[in-house]
Amino acid sequence: MSAQPQLAEGAGEIGAPERALGGTILVVEEVSLAFGGVTALSDVSFDVREHEVRAIIGPNGAGKSSMLNVMNGFYQPQKGVIRFRGREFHGMKPYEAARMGIGRTFQNIALFRGMTVLDNVMTGRSLKMHRNFFLQALRLGPAMHEEIEHRRAVEEIIDFLEIQHIRRTPVGRLPYGLQKRVELARALAMEPTLLLLDEPMAGMNLEEKQDMCRFVLEVNDHFGTTIVLIEHDMGVVMDISDRVVVLDYGRKIADGTPDEVRGDRAVIDAYLGVAH
Amino acid sequence: MMHLLYSIFVDPFVQMGAAPDLLAQTLWEGLVSGILYSLIALGFVLIFKASGVFNFAQGIMVVFSALTLVGLNEHGVPAYLALAITLVVMLGLAFAVERVILRPLVNQPEIILFMATFGLTYFLIGVGELIFGGDPKVMISDQLRLPSGSYRIPMAGGYVQMQKIDIAATVIASLMVAALAILFNRTRIGRALRAVADSHRAALSVGISLEQIWVIVWFAAGVVALATGIMWGARSNVSFALQIIALKALPVLILGGFTSIPGAIIGGIIIGVGEKMGEFYWGPLFGSGIESWLAYVIALVFLLFRPQGLFGERIIERL
Repeated sequence: MSAQPQLAEGAGEIGAPERALGGTILVVEEVSLAFGGVTALSDVSFDVREHEVRAIIGPNGAGKSSMLNVMNGFYQPQKGVIRFRGREFHGMKPYEAARMGIGRTFQNIALFRGMTVLDNVMTGRSLKMHRNFFLQALRLGPAMHEEIEHRRAVEEIIDFLEIQHIRRTPVGRLPYGLQKRVELARALAMEPTLLLLDEPMAGMNLEEKQDMCRFVLEVNDHFGTTIVLIEHDMGVVMDISDRVVVLDYGRKIADGTPDEVRGDRAVIDAYLGVAH
Repeated sequence: MMHLLYSIFVDPFVQMGAAPDLLAQTLWEGLVSGILYSLIALGFVLIFKASGVFNFAQGIMVVFSALTLVGLNEHGVPAYLALAITLVVMLGLAFAVERVILRPLVNQPEIILFMATFGLTYFLIGVGELIFGGDPKVMISDQLRLPSGSYRIPMAGGYVQMQKIDIAATVIASLMVAALAILFNRTRIGRALRAVADSHRAALSVGISLEQIWVIVWFAAGVVALATGIMWGARSNVSFALQIIALKALPVLILGGFTSIPGAIIGGIIIGVGEKMGEFYWGPLFGSGIESWLAYVIALVFLLFRPQGLFGERIIERL
């Protein structure tokens, strides 16, 4: 993974989205996280507003993924609070986060490799299916109706992400770029309010990156989903995000619009190193 | 030399042809013990699929559930009420295992979880002996209204004898397998279960609770254990020695693949039939006792040709 900054030009030609941002939906307040003696995050605070695309950037090992993992309950911070839609969490369980409407993808893809694309995306509906499982087992009345309804929603997402042609393929056989897309589809199937994307474009070629950028923006635009993403490609980040948080060695060193961050002395130092 | 080859490759088949009734009898007995092996293997597969743990305690769960059933009845609880209470006990056990063993050990290497199931085994042996005593008990077949006696089906001058309890075992096992297959393939719980088996991280991210799934599979394994205990107990009796049958499940699992329900069934039947046939037709050549090791030889030979088992998921790794 390259941490080389491309502070000027990037992959996408898509202009920054322009739409009204809503109120604050998520607040990270003085979160600290350590593994044994190693500090991953110290006193990080920032907020996420409704409908925005919020990027987290920083050099390797800055604590970006750790931050995302705290935000959906995979890691429990030693200190600090996450406030999501008015509820306060000192440490939530991952499935609670999912229940609250936080979906996510992973840096190194986590899919159900033995299942088909369709089944993978259907798992994203787990929380939305409520019918008695005896009825499901027998495919009776309301349960059958429910299954069809969810199937329709899933097919829409599959169409939206342009993966119709592989819907019956076991995920383990797909190339990397498509696996990333399936993972996004599964997260979208949850109809999340907040979507956390951990390096959605890592390891992709230019064309795949542009596709992914388009999908991210369309999701944001179409469904009004709030998106927090980690990305290494500065061009992409500057193009698609509304606001950017910069982490370095587990601390927040800058926070603002792409333009503000781009000119920030601390950010340039963090990326290029400081001459002492 | 010629004589030896003759008695291995020709004579047994001549015998089979000469006495089809004996052949049918042997096949039937093999089928029945095979189905019981399948049931035990099924308990293993359920837990292995959902938590990646080879549950060494499956054998003792068979004994423990059967002892609970018989023990309750001895204390004057009516048979069917005892059956219901035993199910509740197995549910309690599933919750306890999840809370005390799995939750604290989540994300530990599999060998540690495996060792933990050893601990569980000896814990259950201890508790079982403490409560029910170490003596073998007789299964309450009559009180449970399990059929007794047998049918004789005339065939080629002789007859095939089928125990009614064996027929009942076959039917119950088949129903159970069908129920589990439907649960796995058609319900949201089944989908969640397969998801957990595949990737814990991904399952958590879509809101599946690992705790809940683990309780469900351990309970399902407990129900399968109880069914096995009743059927096996009705044919011999209920004692701690019965847990050794867990080791019989090992070759079945190798044959069928650790993750496949149909594999457990077919594997069990192959091992059961193979054992009985081997003992009856080829046993005299080796002296007796062929039954105790033949299953492992079958599994070993099989392993050479299909390491993933009959229906095990083929390991395809993208590099």
